[in-house]
Amino acid sequence: MAAAAAGAGSGPWAAQEKQFPPALLSFFIYNPRFGPREGQEENKILFYHPNEVEKNEKIRNVGLCEAIVQFTRTFSPSKPAKSLHTQKNRQFFNEPEENFWMVMVVRNPIIEKQSKDGKPVIEYQEEELLDKVYSSVLRQCYSMYKLFNGTFLKAMEDGGVKLLKERLEKFFHRYLQTLHLQSCDLLDIFGGISFFPLDKMTYLKIQSFINRMEESLNIVKYTAFLYNDQLIWSGLEQDDMRILYKYLTTSLFPRHIEPELAGRDSPIRAEMPGNLQHYGRFLTGPLNLNDPDAKCRFPKIFVNTDDTYEELHLIVYKAMSAAVCFMIDASVHPTLDFCRRLDSIVGPQLTVLASDICEQFNINKRMSGSEKEPQFKFIYFNHMNLAEKSTVHMRKTPSVSLTSVHPDLMKILGDINSDFTRVDEDEEIIVKAMSDYWVVGKKSDRRELYVILNQKNANLIEVNEVKKLCATQFNNIFFLD
Amino acid sequence: MGEEDYYLELCERPVQFEKANPVNCVFFDEANKQVFAVRSGGATGVVVKGPDDRNPISFRMDDKGEVKCIKFSLENKILAVQRTSKTVDFCNFIPDNSQLEYTQECKTKNANILGFCWTSSTEIVFITDQGIEFYQVLPEKRSLKLLKSHNLNVNWYMYCPESAVILLSTTVLENVLQPFHFRAGTMSKLPKFEIELPAAPKSTKPSLSERDIAMATIYGQLYVLFLRHHSRTSNSTGAEVVLYHLPREGACKKMHILKLNRTGKFALNVVDNLVVVHHQDTETSVIFDIKLRGEFDGSVTFHHPVLPARSIQPYQIPITGPAAVTSQSPVPCKLYSSSWIVFQPDIIISASQGYLWNLQVKLEPIVNLLPDKGRLMDFLLQRKECKMVILSVCSQMLSESDRASLPVIATVFDKLNHEYKKYLDAEQSYAMAVEAGQSRSSPLLKRPVRTQAVLDQSDVYTHVLSAFVEKKEMPHKFVIAVLMEYIRSLNQFQIAVQHYLHELVIKTLVQHNLFYMLHQFLQYHVLSDSKPLACLLLSLESFYPPAHQLSLDMLKMLQSRLKTTCFSIQYSAFLNSETSVCEGAPISHQGNTVKNMLLFSNRFLETKL
Repeated sequence: MAAAAAGAGSGPWAAQEKQFPPALLSFFIYNPRFGPREGQEENKILFYHPNEVEKNEKIRNVGLCEAIVQFTRTFSPSKPAKSLHTQKNRQFFNEPEENFWMVMVVRNPIIEKQSKDGKPVIEYQEEELLDKVYSSVLRQCYSMYKLFNGTFLKAMEDGGVKLLKERLEKFFHRYLQTLHLQSCDLLDIFGGISFFPLDKMTYLKIQSFINRMEESLNIVKYTAFLYNDQLIWSGLEQDDMRILYKYLTTSLFPRHIEPELAGRDSPIRAEMPGNLQHYGRFLTGPLNLNDPDAKCRFPKIFVNTDDTYEELHLIVYKAMSAAVCFMIDASVHPTLDFCRRLDSIVGPQLTVLASDICEQFNINKRMSGSEKEPQFKFIYFNHMNLAEKSTVHMRKTPSVSLTSVHPDLMKILGDINSDFTRVDEDEEIIVKAMSDYWVVGKKSDRRELYVILNQKNANLIEVNEVKKLCATQFNNIFFLD
Repeated sequence: MGEEDYYLELCERPVQFEKANPVNCVFFDEANKQVFAVRSGGATGVVVKGPDDRNPISFRMDDKGEVKCIKFSLENKILAVQRTSKTVDFCNFIPDNSQLEYTQECKTKNANILGFCWTSSTEIVFITDQGIEFYQVLPEKRSLKLLKSHNLNVNWYMYCPESAVILLSTTVLENVLQPFHFRAGTMSKLPKFEIELPAAPKSTKPSLSERDIAMATIYGQLYVLFLRHHSRTSNSTGAEVVLYHLPREGACKKMHILKLNRTGKFALNVVDNLVVVHHQDTETSVIFDIKLRGEFDGSVTFHHPVLPARSIQPYQIPITGPAAVTSQSPVPCKLYSSSWIVFQPDIIISASQGYLWNLQVKLEPIVNLLPDKGRLMDFLLQRKECKMVILSVCSQMLSESDRASLPVIATVFDKLNHEYKKYLDAEQSYAMAVEAGQSRSSPLLKRPVRTQAVLDQSDVYTHVLSAFVEKKEMPHKFVIAVLMEYIRSLNQFQIAVQHYLHELVIKTLVQHNLFYMLHQFLQYHVLSDSKPLACLLLSLESFYPPAHQLSLDMLKMLQSRLKTTCFSIQYSAFLNSETSVCEGAPISHQGNTVKNMLLFSNRFLETKL
């Protein structure tokens, strides 16, 4: 956690204080049915991080969680406990499949102060973490696991506890390292999808492209289309797309962005005779199509797990800023020939389409006029289509998501969100924050809008600017007044 | 060769006349399309039959010698008969005018009359070997008045009545053609032009034969068609037809060359703007469409036959009179007979059998003979009677057995909508001009004609798409792809998409539970906002909750806040009661549409529950 600690170094408190952000203490998965008798407790544990922890401690921790969940259930049978607050840490519980429990223990942020005698004093900030944010992170862990491995139950059916343990170990060992608990915020609660704004005609062209590709590559079952890491089309259902989108934008695309920037492995393959020049290339699967020994292995994903339970190969193909995901049934094994065919059909057309989109995007940008730096920042989310838009967040990098506002403001946003969750009614909350900041939260028919205003000596009346914002930025959306 | 293969046919009801024989002379007038059967020089009767009038005109005239040429003026007002090489006799057919014959001698001394042409009901042109003479006939005075004349040596002449142009062949090689245009008492000389003759063996003197020249109007433009038996370039064998464009103003220009790839005896017709070339040796015909893309070499465009050569559809001579009573089988007609005479644009006459036919193009067989759907559409869209054929092509390409690929379907839709858009634009600029009050000042302003090639959304919906989406065996992915392709094409041509097409998309998506797709389409405004659509969405809320939000957004965009509140209150009752919304006062003018939507949602609910 050294890196994160250094990050706080620039703050005004740096001289006397050291800040330590929240950190993952442990993460475990268990099923109480697997070791119901005394002495068999170890069998309950399916995965435990960190693995180095002594066995009895593992058993103790699991047992404690089990007891808490059981105990609280007596008070609220339908809604078992979701989290447990302690001075030093917070535990989050989730039961994604019947009797399978996932627990994440997060250490509260710490401030280390120098006392007068020079001794460091550690102070835990008990109220900093937002339950909703970390519960969402925990649920997302499961969703991501399920996307690449299917359900726990399916693993049990396929190969019993042994297989399930193997899969959990393999997946979470790597995945947990990518959890950046210090930068989790409101967006993690939403788990939204950023949609690429596009005019009707270009959108129809993309539709036409997708339909043609699905026709000529007839083994394709679903297709998704993204531009600039923003979604344009999903053939998958919403929930599956939500987690796939998360994977693509936080893991797969960032991993490939660096070689692109460096200009390495230049994608134009002029040397291939008779091949139209294009910028298409595979982000999953074969790296070099000219290599006869190239491996055509694609990641497998699991979708519609509640009903049809489909296993698919995920082919991600990209030309310039446009990325297409082709999903084909796992029973079909894509050959190198298929990949070459895909490359020759999709590559040229996607290249043209990508430049069309780019051109159209620039025209639209010019038409909307030179944008003055607005006086406000906002986060918008629509529960219905998971559309999310944030001017608070900078571009996400693989390591952290950067926000342009103070963490305290982000926490206010989270608090407002928690308030919204408690009632079903539409409402608006206005908060005066430190210095000259005002924060406005608005909830209307399953949409949420959070605005941060920074205006010198602004008063409550001026805060009504938000109405203007609604009128300009969201003119096509129906907000109840 | 199955019957479905013939794409040319003779008209079903030919004009029948008495066969030519030593006592009965038969004449054909290209201007009125009339056949004259003159028995014994007219003494025992003249029978005139036209294609439209089923009642023939018959009369007698005195036998004053052999008739060389006989023609009515337009509207059958005056009859002109040429019996000598110096004079033409006239006879009025106007009631209350004297029917006594009167005669006009050609003005030029020592000239021989080659023939004459009527250019209106009272104007006539004499063509002599030394020039042309343009007269006005004064029937009440029984005399003619010379309007204009022009001297030049004439070998032969040709007349195109549709454009009122006479073409004169001059010079020794006969290949310099001098056109004249006639209109309302005026005669204007157009620039002359030379037909390039093919290189012939030295022993024979090359010359341009009248038989190898035809004049016809193709796509509204006058062309001189020259049948060149040997290509000028020695390396290519086979005859070709050279098309010279003769504009109203300006010089004649060589534009198109139709490659025949065979030699022998040919005859030309023009049907529905297609050039038909009959080949007697093989007894087949080919067709050319100069609007289809050919090979352009910088000055002329080379064309190949649109379709493989086929015979004209076999024809049975209908049996009339007493023979019909006896169950005698009909006699097959000899096609491509050497006694056939072909006239422009579409006339075939068999003088020996006594028939005049119009040649016709059958479009249905062509559908299967032209595999390239894009080219097929280009071809069909230029034809007069194309609508139902095009619609059947569309249905066929969406059928299970003959399913075309999406790019092909897209091409077909684009071609249809290109024509549709052209018409819409013409309509709009006409409407704007009328509004601006230009209609009186500019006589050229005409309401655009809606040809059969204009297939609008309701045509495609009614005849193609509505049946297509009902097909259970069609994969829904394909159905949606086709609908989206049509909508894309309409958008590309900036044609406003009709609401019923959107409804079709929604219906298909809902039937297959593809609500998320629907949601995305609405999000990107692919399905344009409309009140009926908003109502439909509201009715889908119980199956897909987000439809509620989509509906309210749409209503907001439609700037109908008042109605929105009304709907929000009433929507819960929406599904249960048919009357609650329809009776709601704020939307009473929308009653019909809402009722339709309700019907739809109810229908849908039945299948759903």
